[in-house]
Amino acid sequence: MSISIQDVEHVAKLARLELRQEEKETFTGQLNAILKYMDKLNELDTSNVQPTSHVLPLVNVMREDEPHESLPIEKVMLNAPDEEDGQFRVPAVIE
Amino acid sequence: MTATQSKYETVIGLEVHVELHTRTKIFCGCSTSFGAPPNTHTCPVCLGHPGVLPVLNRQAVEYAMKAAMALNCEIATDAKFDRKNYFYPDSPKAYQISQYDQPIGQNGWIDIEVNGETKRIGITRVHLEEDAGKLTHVDGGMASLVDFNRVGTPLIEIVSEPDIRSPEEARLYLEKLRAIMLYCEVSDVKMEEGSLRCDANISLRPYGQEKFGTRTELKNMNSFRSVQRGLEYEQWRQADILDSGGEVVQETRRYDDESGKTFPMRGKEESHDYRYFPDPDLVRLHIDDEWKARVRASIPELPDSRKARYVKDYGLPSYDAEVITASKQLADFFEDSLNYTKDAKAVANWIMGDLLGYLNANNLEFSQVKVTGRGLGEMIGLIEKGTISGKIAKTVFREMLETGKSPQSIVEEKGLVQINDEGAIKAVVEKVVANNPQSVADFKAGKEKAIGFLVGQVMKETKGKANPGLVNKLIVDAINSL
Repeated sequence: MSISIQDVEHVAKLARLELRQEEKETFTGQLNAILKYMDKLNELDTSNVQPTSHVLPLVNVMREDEPHESLPIEKVMLNAPDEEDGQFRVPAVIE
Repeated sequence: MTATQSKYETVIGLEVHVELHTRTKIFCGCSTSFGAPPNTHTCPVCLGHPGVLPVLNRQAVEYAMKAAMALNCEIATDAKFDRKNYFYPDSPKAYQISQYDQPIGQNGWIDIEVNGETKRIGITRVHLEEDAGKLTHVDGGMASLVDFNRVGTPLIEIVSEPDIRSPEEARLYLEKLRAIMLYCEVSDVKMEEGSLRCDANISLRPYGQEKFGTRTELKNMNSFRSVQRGLEYEQWRQADILDSGGEVVQETRRYDDESGKTFPMRGKEESHDYRYFPDPDLVRLHIDDEWKARVRASIPELPDSRKARYVKDYGLPSYDAEVITASKQLADFFEDSLNYTKDAKAVANWIMGDLLGYLNANNLEFSQVKVTGRGLGEMIGLIEKGTISGKIAKTVFREMLETGKSPQSIVEEKGLVQINDEGAIKAVVEKVVANNPQSVADFKAGKEKAIGFLVGQVMKETKGKANPGLVNKLIVDAINSL
């Protein structure tokens, strides 16, 4: 499997990245180099190995359903680019 | 519309989101209560600030297990959470934590009753995920205001198999799903408040064809009725396209309740590339047999089982049993009444007629009326004993609904005791017979119906309290002895 410049454009679009032509070419080369390394790993026979979703030997880390205090609204709004009536105001994205 | 319907088979699958009513969010301790001022139930975790760690709410997992079990699913022994990546202002992290390939439950089913026949609808999966925030569009659609209070509310998504064959079946499926969730007490499932939301996939194919037709996905249906109406419109629209030799476009369409029509939503093809991957912040979930058994033991008797019991033990018509068991509270009320009367059919009739009629007419929920099962049972006892007539009982029942008083005290307070004293009734009958010679003559001439008028007059004079059977008999006696 190899990555084309169209793949790079697609991924960039999904990540909302605007890339210049030479960047697209650079990343195409770099991503292909990474995939090539993966190909090397693929030489190993892993047919008897379970896929790993987590490397930690932990399961069921949970909390009880007890409320904690929420953040004061002034602090919530510290990261708002724009604000109106205690709400984050953003450019409309209509589906 | 009927002609086109007969040519194509409709295939529907539903995706239903149900909010679990935990006290706190799925990955943080913010409250999930409804109606707080915007953004006051938020914290660095649910706002998606950098460096924070989600911690799973045990109760959310148990509710999801309980719901999946009640939907006859196989429960996973090992499950995990995945990130579903997309950019939209309702999601502060730019991903939603969901379950991709290892959901809590799989391969379930529920039964619905269609035209008197039981039909099984498969459930593909039940998975746990977090809800998104709420957007309000302002400035003529130029800007949006974002309230993140709802972000992180635990949801289960219930995906059905494409086993549903009509818009009516879709509604019946939703009603059954809602009943089961209420019985399990995992959600209040109010579609109007958004604690149950439904998207539908619908396609048409010629009868006999195995391959599915091209489907559309419907969104924005805010009541059970609008799900049915939206699907009916879409069924008609697709049939119309196919009839004229056209092709249905695979797309997402928005249902507009006002016009009853569906409209295409502007959507980008690429937005469906969610790039799921395991969430590295959340460790795996291991559900052992002991945990499963404990949750399973907390599931009460479900509607289907109760319904079967009502039909078998009490001889209720299947339809009545279905209506009564659709709500756990109503079914509990029914059973409670039967501690005070043996006449199950009478209890069912009062529930189906006067009780549900009153709720519908006043747009109320059962929890808002005060009548008790004991009250209804005792009231039926009063009718059986002849203390009140069935007609008076309607007045008594109404008062019970509104005040919750016992039937005995209502009857006493209002002096509604039925008059069974022959002498007292006879006096009124004689007066009525004397004052209405025309009706008496009509009756004698063979017009049986004329007696109805005379009975009515006696009931009017006695304010409805005279024993109707006795009145009838005494009028006939009085006329015959003229």
